[in-house]
Amino acid sequence: MAPYSAFSIFRNALSGQKNWQRAWRAAEPKPAYDVIVIGGGGHGLATAFYLAENHGIRNVAVLEKGYIGGGNVGRNTTVIRSNYLLDGNTQFYEFSMKLWEGMSRTLNFNVMFSQRGQLVTAHSADQLDGFSHRANIMQLNGIDADILDRDEVRRLVPYLDFSDTARFPIHGAIFQGRAGTARHDAVAWGYARAADGHGVDIIQNCEVTGFVRDGERIVGVETTKGRIGAGKVGLAVAGHTSILGAKAGLELPIESHVLQAFVTEPLKPLVDHVVAYGADHFYVSQSDKGGLVFGGNLDGYNSYAQRGNLGVVREVAEAAIALMPCISRIRLLRHWGGVMDMTPDASPIICPTPVDGLYLNGGWCYGGFKATPASGWCFAHTIATGKPHPLSAAYGLDRFRTGRTLDEAGAGPSAWLQ
Amino acid sequence: MLRIECPCCGPRDHDEFRYGGDASVRRPAHDDPDLEAWYAYVYVRKNPAGLHREFWQHVIGCRQWLVVERDTRNHVISSVAFARTSQA
Repeated sequence: MAPYSAFSIFRNALSGQKNWQRAWRAAEPKPAYDVIVIGGGGHGLATAFYLAENHGIRNVAVLEKGYIGGGNVGRNTTVIRSNYLLDGNTQFYEFSMKLWEGMSRTLNFNVMFSQRGQLVTAHSADQLDGFSHRANIMQLNGIDADILDRDEVRRLVPYLDFSDTARFPIHGAIFQGRAGTARHDAVAWGYARAADGHGVDIIQNCEVTGFVRDGERIVGVETTKGRIGAGKVGLAVAGHTSILGAKAGLELPIESHVLQAFVTEPLKPLVDHVVAYGADHFYVSQSDKGGLVFGGNLDGYNSYAQRGNLGVVREVAEAAIALMPCISRIRLLRHWGGVMDMTPDASPIICPTPVDGLYLNGGWCYGGFKATPASGWCFAHTIATGKPHPLSAAYGLDRFRTGRTLDEAGAGPSAWLQ
Repeated sequence: MLRIECPCCGPRDHDEFRYGGDASVRRPAHDDPDLEAWYAYVYVRKNPAGLHREFWQHVIGCRQWLVVERDTRNHVISSVAFARTSQA
């Protein structure tokens, strides 16, 4: 695989852009692999890449039922941050942030990681106290965090509602300067290309319909492209974790819910950071094309439909206008939905399963994008060694049985309220 | 918008209702010492892609708890009944 560089752009320009290689091969399945990763989203592709890069396991296939970039890795709002409160989450997401900071170089693919900073507004003295607690925990873990007062917030983001009539006046904010966004398609393509460069087969339009067992052990998968043998199978299928888990005999603490995202018509530069509203569920950033990319709450009832309900469009728009009255006349360009596998504590699951030969990566709720590199890193370790990575040890399936849930919002156990 | 045919109030927008989740789970007896049964009741869900029996409460209406049978792939509602008389 020819590396991308300034020189390669120059050379291909001289030959009329006709000699670019495919970013990854259009692979057809071999009879068997050492590891099969089900799900060609960000997490599945990252897992395959780190299996090869960190553990030398290169006889790997990634099976994707649709196309690369067509699932949640291409449907999210691309926010990356590591401002988590609870032990287990704090360290995992900061490790992920560090991987993001080196990702473009690691993958030889520009993922356009933009550390523009993220702030969450506080609307009461008590909320700001809570944010100070969070900032202290972040700083104790070596993570950058700042507490801003009202005037500092106003200097940073003057377009928010600082008027006397604001429904929820802004008291301050918590700010993480290293947070930001990345181009989500580039993350999928970059991991796919880099994994392919290590010999991983990426097989698109290949849906897994069942598991092949030898006694109790899983030794392969049935797919729409036939039976494929596997030494180990890793599951990284986002919103469809329950469906594939059930085929393997797993009953999981997961519900699938739809989350909507929105983009407006393009504007001149306005929102320089990622801004989240502390009084409701709304957050916004501005894409390189100028569109405001934003999101809010789940639709709130079990759903496998990748589209949402107009009631939530109204709720999110109301929250947006309460925080940023200046965008009230802007038109919505598109909105779409993705299926989230919601756990009862809104934290993910990365672990070996009770089924021999099967490993699980799921339950990412609405926060999986920022975790992509660390999730792949830790899941590859779990598959290669059969044991949890120390950084994802808190994400075992047994935490619900033993009462060690990681409930950041304190909203559990109803998945739709997380 | 979903339209739920409330047995008391007639067809109403789902905004008038509060979602109550999977109606197939059964609460163990309050003195049941089996932790596995409590784990299953609190956390484990079948989460089907297809017909789903689920609770909704008509909070801005008659305030009755209902059991609604809905397809999670396309939101088609096939039946609505009072929860107190409905068998899971």
